Amino acid sequence: MQVEQIAVFLENKSGRLAEITSILAANDINIRALSVADTADFGILRLIVNHVEKAQEVLKNGGFTVSKTDVVAVAVPDRVGGLAEVLRTVTEGGYNVEYMYAYAHRADGSAVMIFRFDDMPGAVAMLKEKDFALVSSHEICAT
Amino acid sequence: MIGIDEIETLPRTGLESIQLQRLQALVTRVYASVPPYRKKMEQAGIKPEDIRTLDDLQHLPFTTKEDLRDNYPYGLFAVPMEEVIRLHASSGTTGKPTVVGYTMTDIQLWSAVMARCLAMAGVHRGDLVHNAYGYGLFTGGLGAHYGIEALGATVIPVSGGNSKRQITIMRDFGSTVLLSTPSYALNLADAMQDAGIDPGDLKLRVGIHGAEPWSVNMREEVERKLGLRAVDIYGLSEIIGPGVAMECLHSRQGMHILEDNFLPEIINPDTLETQPLETEGELVFTTLTKEALPLIRYRTKDISRLTLEPCDCGRSLVRMAKVSGRSDDMLIIRGVNVFPSQVEHVLMGINGVEPHYQIEVSRDGSLDVMAVLVEVSERVFSGEIKVLEHLTRSIQREIKDMLGVSCQVRLVEPRSIQRSEGKAQRVIDRRAQ
Repeated sequence: MQVEQIAVFLENKSGRLAEITSILAANDINIRALSVADTADFGILRLIVNHVEKAQEVLKNGGFTVSKTDVVAVAVPDRVGGLAEVLRTVTEGGYNVEYMYAYAHRADGSAVMIFRFDDMPGAVAMLKEKDFALVSSHEICAT
Repeated sequence: MIGIDEIETLPRTGLESIQLQRLQALVTRVYASVPPYRKKMEQAGIKPEDIRTLDDLQHLPFTTKEDLRDNYPYGLFAVPMEEVIRLHASSGTTGKPTVVGYTMTDIQLWSAVMARCLAMAGVHRGDLVHNAYGYGLFTGGLGAHYGIEALGATVIPVSGGNSKRQITIMRDFGSTVLLSTPSYALNLADAMQDAGIDPGDLKLRVGIHGAEPWSVNMREEVERKLGLRAVDIYGLSEIIGPGVAMECLHSRQGMHILEDNFLPEIINPDTLETQPLETEGELVFTTLTKEALPLIRYRTKDISRLTLEPCDCGRSLVRMAKVSGRSDDMLIIRGVNVFPSQVEHVLMGINGVEPHYQIEVSRDGSLDVMAVLVEVSERVFSGEIKVLEHLTRSIQREIKDMLGVSCQVRLVEPRSIQRSEGKAQRVIDRRAQ
């Protein structure tokens, strides 16, 4: 069970984030999670939104380079050591995290972490096998 | 009007008859004394007596920098070496430098044309002329120097470098005219600011700036920061050095070419056909009066435009527009010749790179910095930083291997590089800003 994430290339210049969020707002698209990765020269904005195809289309039309990537959302118990447990499992399974970021709390008291692994199908299968709760895009996007 | 040489206000017919006489004498002389020229003319099937009108000029073969290199160092000289009293050379880039020679008469000619240029800029006897062009093999320093003396003004031969001392001299000696490259003028302005010296403390009235491209904005900045009026000067060592064309202080609308000595043409750099007035193209010069190194139809590779619109200053000389670029788009980056087409070739060889790119050249201190702007297309964008960093590094490596010059690579958003109708602007040279 994977979740679709969109990534947007950002040149290092002011106002680009504001522009992207305005475009999404104008098209009635809700951002559920996001992270910005930056280097000295450019940045990448990663988003989980409620309407992936539409977001991709409107941002493209807005002149941005957009790509779609699969990530996995894992419910992490919101207590000391919760994340450490997930990561230990991942490491022991021989998978690498390419990047990860957090999503807001859920009603059940767990947090959600968004992961991108080097081997997505393998990591997802393993997490399921180890009984980690994976969160569907439907659930993430339910407001 | 004071400072206008009689020849500069002649009716066109008078000037053109002088030009034709000089052209015929030049072609006869070169045909007789410069074997490579004789060979070229024989190949083109043209003899000196075929030059009957100024229009016949277009039947003569061109001369290029490659001809000078092929005949390095003295092969195109038209006089025996014992007649040559001075040599200058262009900066040797990747190839051999270009060597130029002057007879005594050439030096007098050079002094005279440079003096006329200074007069156009409103310089006169009694002026203290601060000459910050480099002295040495470069024609700028000494060329200007002799012209200032010939005019009867006072020359202060400071040459380039040591901005602090330059400012002290300007203030203490009471320099009224500054000669320098435009970028050095700005450098001096900054040094003045650092030293807490106000332009009002100086007596500078006129700045004469050339030898590199500069913008209108830069002119305004120089004027504001140094409290003077700035004019443009044009020259190149192959033709004589500084003193080929000069903007008059009166109008500041393009540069008057001293065409009684340097016969200009504009050609289409692709078809090599001579272009009418008011058409942009490559500037070509024939040196009508030079002895040691006379050049016929020398291709400058500088892009400009000629006009005979009357100038308010009263001169009837043809004017050239500020040089807007190079016909070969050649850049010199840290002494290395770089053609945008080479960069393009490298980019095209890298998978997924869009054919939209731009080369931005700037200066960090005294170091040239070349940045290549590449648009990030969906084909190369996966959402992962390492993929983009890998792309950046491979472009840098390929360019370094191919051109021998290191560069920065800046990934930019799609469609952020300006598309222009027709020819795209591939190069932004900020070294003169």
